Amino acid sequence: MNDQSITYREALKTAISEAMRSDERVFLMGEDVGNYGGCYAVSKGLSDEFGADRVIDTPLSESGFVGAGIGAAMGGMRPIVEVMTVNFSLLALDQIVNNAATLRHMSGNQIGIPLVIRMATGAGKQLAAQHSHSLENWYAHVPGIKVLVPSTVADARYMLAMALADPDPVILFEHVMLYNESAAIPAPKDCPDMHQAVVRKSGNDISLITYGGSLSKTLEAAKELDSHGISAEVIDLRCLRPLDTHTLYQSVEKTHRVLVVDEGWRTGSLAAEICALIAEDCFWSLDAPPSRICSKEVPIPYPQHLERAATPQVAQVVEAAMKLLNREVPA
Amino acid sequence: MNNNETLKALVSKLILDIAPEAEMHNLDPNEDLREELDLDSMDFMNLLDSIAKETGVNVPESDYSLVNSLQSLTDYIDKRL
Amino acid sequence: MKILTMPSFGADMAKGSIVKWNVKPGDHVSKGDIVASIETMKGLIDMEVYDEGTITKLVAVEGEELEIGRPIAELQLTNEESSNNKPEQIPTDAALPSVETITTQVVNLSGKQDKEDKKTPNISNIPDHSELKPKPQIPKISPAARFRAKELGIDWRQLAQGNGPNGALQLNDINAVYEMHPEPQESPSDLMRQAIASTVSRSKRDIPHYYLQLDMLLDNAVRWLREHNADLPPNKRILINAVIYSAIARALTSFPAFNGFYRDGHYESSDSVHLGNAISLRQGGLMVAAIHDAQHLGLIEMMEKITDQVNRARKGGLRMSEMQEATVTVSNLGDRGSDSIQSIILPPQVAIFGIGRQRTVPWIVDNTVSCASIVSMSLAADHRVSDGHLGARLLNKINKYLQKPETLI
Repeated sequence: MNDQSITYREALKTAISEAMRSDERVFLMGEDVGNYGGCYAVSKGLSDEFGADRVIDTPLSESGFVGAGIGAAMGGMRPIVEVMTVNFSLLALDQIVNNAATLRHMSGNQIGIPLVIRMATGAGKQLAAQHSHSLENWYAHVPGIKVLVPSTVADARYMLAMALADPDPVILFEHVMLYNESAAIPAPKDCPDMHQAVVRKSGNDISLITYGGSLSKTLEAAKELDSHGISAEVIDLRCLRPLDTHTLYQSVEKTHRVLVVDEGWRTGSLAAEICALIAEDCFWSLDAPPSRICSKEVPIPYPQHLERAATPQVAQVVEAAMKLLNREVPA
Repeated sequence: MNNNETLKALVSKLILDIAPEAEMHNLDPNEDLREELDLDSMDFMNLLDSIAKETGVNVPESDYSLVNSLQSLTDYIDKRL
Repeated sequence: MKILTMPSFGADMAKGSIVKWNVKPGDHVSKGDIVASIETMKGLIDMEVYDEGTITKLVAVEGEELEIGRPIAELQLTNEESSNNKPEQIPTDAALPSVETITTQVVNLSGKQDKEDKKTPNISNIPDHSELKPKPQIPKISPAARFRAKELGIDWRQLAQGNGPNGALQLNDINAVYEMHPEPQESPSDLMRQAIASTVSRSKRDIPHYYLQLDMLLDNAVRWLREHNADLPPNKRILINAVIYSAIARALTSFPAFNGFYRDGHYESSDSVHLGNAISLRQGGLMVAAIHDAQHLGLIEMMEKITDQVNRARKGGLRMSEMQEATVTVSNLGDRGSDSIQSIILPPQVAIFGIGRQRTVPWIVDNTVSCASIVSMSLAADHRVSDGHLGARLLNKINKYLQKPETLI
């Protein structure tokens, strides 16, 4: 790694320290974020700079410390709460769904919750079924919160500031396979408004819609499709709630075919929602059924080969896209 | 052969060249030809032109009032052949 | 496995239809058994089999008309029953329509024979129709293809199967059909009706028309024509139309506000008068043919031009320039029909003349009533470009020319 590049992990850390430096209301709390430096080492060193008052190690009680974050936000602070994985966030579901998401509504717009919750998500690190799931769509289902998925180093670097500026609760999902990804040091212009989906590669024959940890796989699949003479457009959703349907529809109206790649389970997935939206709103533009590649309907397995088999892979995306274009799938 | 019938057949054919959709078999030979078949002044002039070429009979403008039905037109030509 | 095909009962037979199946899948048949009754142009004929075996599948349905050689059923031969159960590849010659498309227009969708062979669904995959009543086979189609077909005026229900899954028609199939038959499958008169509808609707929406009308005495012109035409054969005679058109063209040279195009918010007059002649067509609809540089044409040339154009318009054969370049239009209902006509301007033009029929009326000159031959000429003009006062002066100028036909020759 040369001086000019930066990892996804470092980009997140830079974003957090920048926010804490520029706004004293911002603080970080979560399990092992202080002394240990964060389970995924995102906050390593931050407690040295900002002290234990602003980088707070919490007890192992998701419901407790997320609730504390909500209270702090109500009280005028700008908390960043780190939850170790989305699996553990289920313990805080009540705080997030019943409190954070509802208070502006229930107080008649008197109380807002400017809270940012960061959590890791996804499979690939052999952490088995209690640490590897992709439950982003559970949160994308809930009105009152925004759900962001930075899938590039630039988004990791600059999305946090946008999330902190939002007057309502925002959840950031960080896919575990992205932390070590590196890229040239990004500029603010590399991170468009957090509500926008971004066309990561343009193409004419099929729209591949994805987000988070599946983006790099999908881009790789698009490259392979290119070698078969198929021009695939790759769209990174970035914001799962609210969805930037405009960008999606524009693409589908151009390509007439859509394949959604989503690491969530197929049943009731975000991919299902996107397919339904496109079927409803782009019906007359469709030349093939809206399709999706999702995880197998099993708890994510521990062994590496089974973990791979359970989650979307490049070859599947290529094959599904070729089928939608009536092309022979190479053996 | 009845000369007048032959003439009628000839004129009918010439009319059909100009107005292919004309229903000649439904045409009352004593009715106003142009009215019945929707022939405008240009069509009528074309008809008289082709009659002149086929039969050598020239209908001058001053005689237009004498040739306004299929019957009177064929009678007119018949007399001058 | 043996494929039974539509038999030929003579060289002049191209097709037959199965009126009735006498067997169903699973039936055992022996040589000479009648398996079906087939209707041909020679009458009802019974079809026998020449082998012993078991009918495994009926491919054709009762009532379906098939070309000779098309598969109609599959027969498992007794002497091979224990062997491989797989049917041999049924010939799917792309030149033959698939069984799905009988009685409909057949279009070879891909035009690529070798590829077609692979893509044509295997006939043996077609579901067993033996219990179904015959019904027209409509291909599956994707929403986008359906939308595109509608846009292009293509009746996709008449097409053979597409190259999509299960023979579904997709965008490429529709585009391929369009490339082979670029003209929409609507009748020309429908299209002309649509074009007229769109033009006049736009005109009435965008152009603030004003209307003027003047009765013009034709006695002088009629007298002059009578003398001129007296000794001429019909094809040399001049009609009153030519006199009126010439008068209009000449007058327009001094009234540029009625001869030109209004486009993008401003008006540009034309240096020359390209007089559009609205010609009604026998099959319905109308065409406007431009008489170029009409102000320079003498009556004889004008008459030749009109005759030639009307004849070509009605037979088809107008040139593109004649179709597009008129700077002003005359709508002439002819010598019969209506006393007058108020026309709709054809954008981007700014004026149109309406000529009623020539008629005889009581006419008062110097307190004396006499018979006179007149025509009512209307002018519809674009108020954004000219005012009624100017329009009235134009009509009077035309009237002056009409009174002196000898100056137009």
